[in-house]
Formats: sequence, C-alpha cells, structure tokens
Amino acid sequence: MSRRDRVTIALMLGIPLLLEATFIWFPAIATIGLSFTKWTGVGSVHMKACSSTPSVPGIPQPGCLYGVENYHQVFTNYPDFWPAVEHNAIWLAVFILIATPLGMLFAVIIDRGIKGSRIYQSILFLPVMLSLALIGIIWELIYSPNYGLINTVIGRNQDSNLIDWLGNPHLNLWALLVEASWRQAGYVMVLYLAGLKSVDPTLREAALVDGATGVQTFWRVVFPAMRPINIVVLVVTVIESLRAFDLVYITSGGNPLHGLELLSVAVTQNIVGETQRIGFGSTLGVVLLVISLVPISIFLYQAFRREESHE
Amino acid sequence: MTAATEELMHPPVLHRKRKRKSTAGSVAAQMFMIVAVVLWLTPIVFALYVALRPIAETNKLGYVSLPHHLTFENFIQAWKQSQMWHFFLNSALITIPSVLVTLLLASSFAFVVSRLRFRFNIPLLILFTAGNLLPQQVLITPLYRLYLAIHLPTAITGSGLLYNSELGLIVINTAFQLGFCVFVLSNYMKTLPVEIDEAAIMDGATIWNRFWHLTMPLCRPALAALATLLTTWIYNDFFWAITLISTGSKRPITSALANLQGQFVSNQNMIAAAAMMAAIPTLIVYLVLQKQFIAGLALGSSKG
Repeated sequence: MSRRDRVTIALMLGIPLLLEATFIWFPAIATIGLSFTKWTGVGSVHMKACSSTPSVPGIPQPGCLYGVENYHQVFTNYPDFWPAVEHNAIWLAVFILIATPLGMLFAVIIDRGIKGSRIYQSILFLPVMLSLALIGIIWELIYSPNYGLINTVIGRNQDSNLIDWLGNPHLNLWALLVEASWRQAGYVMVLYLAGLKSVDPTLREAALVDGATGVQTFWRVVFPAMRPINIVVLVVTVIESLRAFDLVYITSGGNPLHGLELLSVAVTQNIVGETQRIGFGSTLGVVLLVISLVPISIFLYQAFRREESHE
Repeated sequence: MTAATEELMHPPVLHRKRKRKSTAGSVAAQMFMIVAVVLWLTPIVFALYVALRPIAETNKLGYVSLPHHLTFENFIQAWKQSQMWHFFLNSALITIPSVLVTLLLASSFAFVVSRLRFRFNIPLLILFTAGNLLPQQVLITPLYRLYLAIHLPTAITGSGLLYNSELGLIVINTAFQLGFCVFVLSNYMKTLPVEIDEAAIMDGATIWNRFWHLTMPLCRPALAALATLLTTWIYNDFFWAITLISTGSKRPITSALANLQGQFVSNQNMIAAAAMMAAIPTLIVYLVLQKQFIAGLALGSSKG
C-alpha cells in the first residue's frame, strides 16, 4: 500500500472518528464524571472535595468534588424525579401497548393489499414527516379549552365547565400521549411493512395449507419470523420514550408544567436559566444513560452477533 | 440487503392478490382503516381550516363553525410579521451542509471498515451505532459546556463560540447522525461484490479512486434514501437548536416555532398558518420522495 493510500485511509477513518469521539462519546463519558461534582458553571472544576472549599457569600463557588451527594439528592430530595420516572414509564407503556400494536395492525391490513391500501399507507404515514414541535402546535387547536375541537364537540367549552386538557396535571400527559402515538403508530407501521415483506411467503402458505387460521398464522409463523424487525421496533420504542421532550417543551412553553415532568425535561432544566446545576443535571443524564444502555445493548447484540461469529 | 429493502428501493408491488376472499373480514378491515384515516387527517385538516379563517370570525363563532370567509391573510401576515424567510434561510444553511458532510464522512468511514481488511472494524462500527442511539439529553450537559469552551474566530461563527452559532448546529447534527449512516452504508457496501475492487487493485488504483469512482456510484440508492431521511430529521430537529442556540433570530424554523407561538400568542389562527408553512419543505419531501424515505427506514432496520 502506497504512502498516499495510507494517508487517505487515515483521513477517511480519522475525521469521522474525531467528530464522533469529541461530540458524542466525550460528552457521554464526561456526564458520568460531572455527576460526582457540584458546579454552577462558573470557573472550572477543582479536584477538591466541596467540604474543603467553603462557599463565600457573594462569590460563586468553583466546581468541586461532591461524591455521590447528587445521586442522594436526586433519589430522595428532588420532587420532579419520581414523577418524571413514572411519566417516562407511562410513555413507554402506552407506546408498547397502544402505538406499536396499532402500527402493526395497520401494516398487516395494508400488507394484505386491501382496496385503497396505498392511500391508507400515505395518510397514516404523514405525521411521521412532521416535526414534534409542529405536531404539538396543531394539536393545541384540538385541545384548546374554549375553541378547541374536542371541547366544542362534547359541549364543554363554556367557562363554567371547561376541560383544560393540556393544563390539568391529571390529563395533560395522556393528551400528549395521544399526539405522540398519532405519530409513533405510523412509524411502527412503516417498519413492520418492511418486515412483513421480508417474511418468506411460502412459510405463510404452508401454514394456511395445514389449516391454520389467518390469526394463528400471523402469531405462530409470521410474527416470530420477523424477529429482527421486532427488536428494531422495541429499541426504537424505548429510545423514543426516553427522548420524549419536544412535545412537552412546545406545550408548556419551555416552563415546567405540573403533570408533564420527564427525565429529559429535568436534565435540560438544570442547564438553562440563571442557576446552572451542571453536576446535578449530569446525574440525571447518567440515570438516562443507564436506562438507555439496556435497549442499546440488545440492539448491538442482535446486529453484530452474526459478524463476531464469522471472524 | 434483504428482499424487503430490494423491493422498497425499486417500484414496490403493494397489491398482491390473495386467493382467499373473506368478505366479512375485508369489510371490517375497510371500516377500521376508514375510521383510522379520518382520525389521522383530522388534526392536520383542522389546523389548515383554522389557518384559513380570519381571527375576527373565529373569535365570534369559534373554530368549529361554518366559514364565512376563507383567506390567505393569516399566512401573509405570519410570513411578514415574523420574517419567516429568515428562519427558512437558517434551516437551509444548517440542513444542507449537515446532510452533505454527514453523507461524505459516513460513506468514507463505511468504505474503510467494510471494503478493506481492517482489524478494528467491528468495535468501530459498534461505537458509531451505539452513539446514534443515545438520547440527546445524556450528552447535552457536558456538550453545552464544551460548546461554551470552544472559541472560534468571530468571522466564522459570529458569537465567537461554538455555542449559539449555526456552525455548532451543523457540527452536532453531523456528529449525531454519523452513527446511523455509517451503520446503514457499511451494511450496504458489504453487499457489493468483491470483484469490483479486484480489477481496480490490479490496475493500481488508489484507495480514493476505489472509493469515489467505483464504490460511491454503486451506493446511489442508499445515499438517496439516507439523504431524504437526514434532510427531514435535521430540518425537524428541535432539541439541539433549543439548547445550543440562545439568540432567537439564529434558530432554524422548527425551533423558531416555539418563539412564534409566544409572539402570536393571542392569534392562534396565525400560529396555525405559520406551522403549516413550516411543514411545507417536509410535505414536499413527503409528496416527491416518500418512497426514498421509507426505503431509508427499511435499510436502517433490515440488518439482523
């Protein structure tokens, strides 16, 4: 291999690697390190315990080592944390129990080639193209208390009997989950359409010849044969539930809104505004990181297992 | 590449005739799909309807009422008052370079790890693939500090920092999407026959020639599908722009919608009009390149 080729290869590998290392993996690992510090973002982080650097009134304290105190506070003393965990879990549950089966059902019906399936596919897929910010805005018209579609239709649009879908902390999470599922179902549908086409049609025919019903054939033959897609859908579902942020931000106007606490929103709240809590925000980031490593590992195992065994 | 992706990349055969004809089942399926489609279209059609009606009329009659006037006035006013062209320009300045750079870097990296014998192929691919699956919020706190710490000449970024600059958004969008594109392109390149390289090696072609003149033209279908996906995703990005840009006027259109919402707070009709206009580029992609978009998603999920 010539010297010139070596330089070419070094650049072709090196530039992407440098970007990925600097802007993805360095922050991902730094978030772990920062989670053991207390830092308002002023000055730099000193490698000294916080107890040995007393804070002087009026002078911002530089960063210092805080041990596991952030974790202690997150779990015991941060009012948003457990609601956020609960809401993320509900988000995931709704995606798995409602949006995913719905998307799968759409895909199965469309895959059977019923009349108009091409139009159905296009319409159900439309929300996937829209940004979540935009989805949040157009659904506000549906949920608007005085003028909105739902309240007007059900006759709850008078000041005396309004339903505040997006403001009421018992309702707003569910209202947003309708919006999120409206998009997610179309996404899942497209993934399963690809999956259904990859299933060997002779498998299905053999099952039908053997006297299995359509439903039995799907659950016993087609669904297991789609294992790779099932895993992709599962991973996408978990990751999307952890990332949920845009809809909440648009709906609440960027301010905390009771009923809509989420881990992703909590992380962001600690770096914006006057008082930055870099260490505390990082601790919440680590919690997200640890949870997300589960689906990420599952996906990597399934995607790369085969190649490892080839080596 | 699986048969499924093959089918999606080329004209798809959707209407496979089934021998079995269960009439009751078909009727139920049709009913179900019609209800679903109506429900799915309602929010979009309703927003468009609100955007087309004057605020004076809807204030009196509510949104759910028959129209007396339909007008584009809300669109015109929203466009003028918020200087929307400026936000569209920001989006173009961020999206186009991000897509091109991501595809160039991802394909060159994918070429080395999939077409050349290289010892660390698998660990490198895992590093990139996993990086793309991390929730953005895991990265944001240190990234935010990193962006404040990287100083650049004001001629390049305006802010003198990577923070609050368009370049900063190009960098993070590129870095964040690299993983997915490397994963898809390396899988795609592995399916290309080895023979195309052998003749070139005999002729003494350089690595760059083998990459740029031999491999890249064969990757066109995958590159087209990825370009469609990336354009939509980066255009639709909200999180990076909200957290890494502090000056409202520097934001691309998707995140600027949050500010417009505040600006037009008493005029929902104008917000609806602005939102509809912000959707136009993605709707063009949807109408013209829907097949490419779906093919891209299929490529991303076909491995395993």
